[in-house]
Amino acid sequence: MGDLIRKTAVELSELMTSGEASAVEITQAHLDRIGAVDGAVHAFLHVDTEGALAQAAAVDKKRAAGEKLGPLAGVPLALKDVLTQDGIPTTAGSKMLEGWKPPYDATVVQRLKAAGVVILGKTNMDEFAMGSSTENSAYGTTHNPWDLNRIPGGSGGGSSAAISAYEAPLAIGTDTGGSIRQPGAFTGTVGVKPTYGGTSRYGLIALASSLDTPGPCARTTLDAALLHEVIAGYDKRDSTSINQPVPAVVDAARRADVAGLRIGVVKELGGEGYQPGVEARFHEAVELLTKLGAEVVEVSCPHFQYALPAYYLILPSEASSNLAKFDAMRYGLRVGDDGENSAERVMNLTREAGFGAEVKRRIMLGTHALSSGYYDAYYGQAQKVRTLIARDFEKAYEQVDVLVSPATPTTAFAIGDRVNDPIAMYKNDLCTIPSNLAGNAAASFPCGLADEDGMPVGFHVMAPVMRDELLYQVGGALEAALAEQWGGVLMSKAPELEVTR
Amino acid sequence: MPSITREEVAHLARLARIELSDDELDHLAPQLDQIITLVGQVSEVAADDIPPTSHALPLTNVMRDDVNVPCLTPEQALSGAPAAEEQRFRVPRILEED
Repeated sequence: MGDLIRKTAVELSELMTSGEASAVEITQAHLDRIGAVDGAVHAFLHVDTEGALAQAAAVDKKRAAGEKLGPLAGVPLALKDVLTQDGIPTTAGSKMLEGWKPPYDATVVQRLKAAGVVILGKTNMDEFAMGSSTENSAYGTTHNPWDLNRIPGGSGGGSSAAISAYEAPLAIGTDTGGSIRQPGAFTGTVGVKPTYGGTSRYGLIALASSLDTPGPCARTTLDAALLHEVIAGYDKRDSTSINQPVPAVVDAARRADVAGLRIGVVKELGGEGYQPGVEARFHEAVELLTKLGAEVVEVSCPHFQYALPAYYLILPSEASSNLAKFDAMRYGLRVGDDGENSAERVMNLTREAGFGAEVKRRIMLGTHALSSGYYDAYYGQAQKVRTLIARDFEKAYEQVDVLVSPATPTTAFAIGDRVNDPIAMYKNDLCTIPSNLAGNAAASFPCGLADEDGMPVGFHVMAPVMRDELLYQVGGALEAALAEQWGGVLMSKAPELEVTR
Repeated sequence: MPSITREEVAHLARLARIELSDDELDHLAPQLDQIITLVGQVSEVAADDIPPTSHALPLTNVMRDDVNVPCLTPEQALSGAPAAEEQRFRVPRILEED
């Protein structure tokens, strides 16, 4: 049963259907793997052994009773710690929420449970999803399973590391500026940011409400599509949820055909500042898609260069407002409540002790951007840039069906390398941010290893709002063609992790 | 010339209700200055005639029928509170008796 952890979600589902493995056996195999390697990777903050085995046993019982089950019933999953799960500790990677157990499930979690997906536990992340490396977690850094001295990306580093360390075949992340796609690129896995509003934000601890999007992480395109189909769809409890049918993502992943598809290479997302190995793999992938029948042209999106500054005004502004609720009064940490301090001082002391450096930086930047005298110059201008970026996308999509770029300018960097250089850290997100500002669908697919360091490279695909299926069409075609060259998906090239227990 | 001074950062911290140590202020002020210089680029591009976009989707007010639906019980809603009394959050006193 040892190889159960190497199977895709689709393969695990087939094993359960044929009776060759039970959900309990599959879940136990992944729990054993977590026990064996997570000491080195630190992908998980909380493992719900008892709950996961009970969920798996319930699926086995239903299957034995002949109940019709969904394709992911009994398949284990790792959940980013920013989504509430009833009775399970949820911290958003922050000391502020240490020990908090939500009394309800996020809509995404409800849908996972309804589909019979087995939730193994909660994964590590940058505090309140602020970061690009998972070094800002209050509970320690997650390590990249490809090279334990490197970061796995962020903020959803724990989710991507869990699937690349074979601790789970599937994971859920959230993407505000690239937090699913960038860790996907850095760990050689598939990471998808659905259209904003295509997946519900109800029960997601908010970072920036106009940008946050839950989405799937997996080792293959089809697995990601199956998970996308489970979690997506209209939710009346989220006022920004889109009331339209979920795009046919699974059909698109299975079809995996790009013949006649018009693909635009974004001129502004490449060149100076991009690692040569990243550029080389990206251009090879574009050539491959051309050979498969896609029509490839270069497209200019001139305002994308302003996406990064606009994002780093809009996000902190929304974050400073969203995080105001962590005030020591209602739940979570409380510091200095000794009867001597005023309520205001208790708030100040609690927020000082409870928030990490990156969160404080962004709250203060947001407070500055929204303050009297600066509002128009910063926040107002950033919202205008958002309009220009959305127009760039609209114009580009008149010429092509999808846009492509490298997912990140470099491969995963060393732990500690950029901790004291926030600008260098922020620049890592420059390819992924435009899609968040415009609400577009986007994804990262593995496209090879960089020659310089042997680390994974991500191929970034962007598609119009509610055309998520186009991502899977391109990703599926690329994956199939590359798997033929490599003899399997990129993850099969990952080094073996040393078992620590 | 920094675009934001150490004193201004201290003022922002007070507005944001975060108590910062002197060391943190020394560390944070130059970093915020760098970031503000970077984000200031937004003023180079957007002209007066460009309308702002506050949200990726056009927002419409969502109304629902006024009917009872299952929701959290008061006990569930208060389960994470550090202190509760009479089905309410109990918070530190901020006003004197009289």
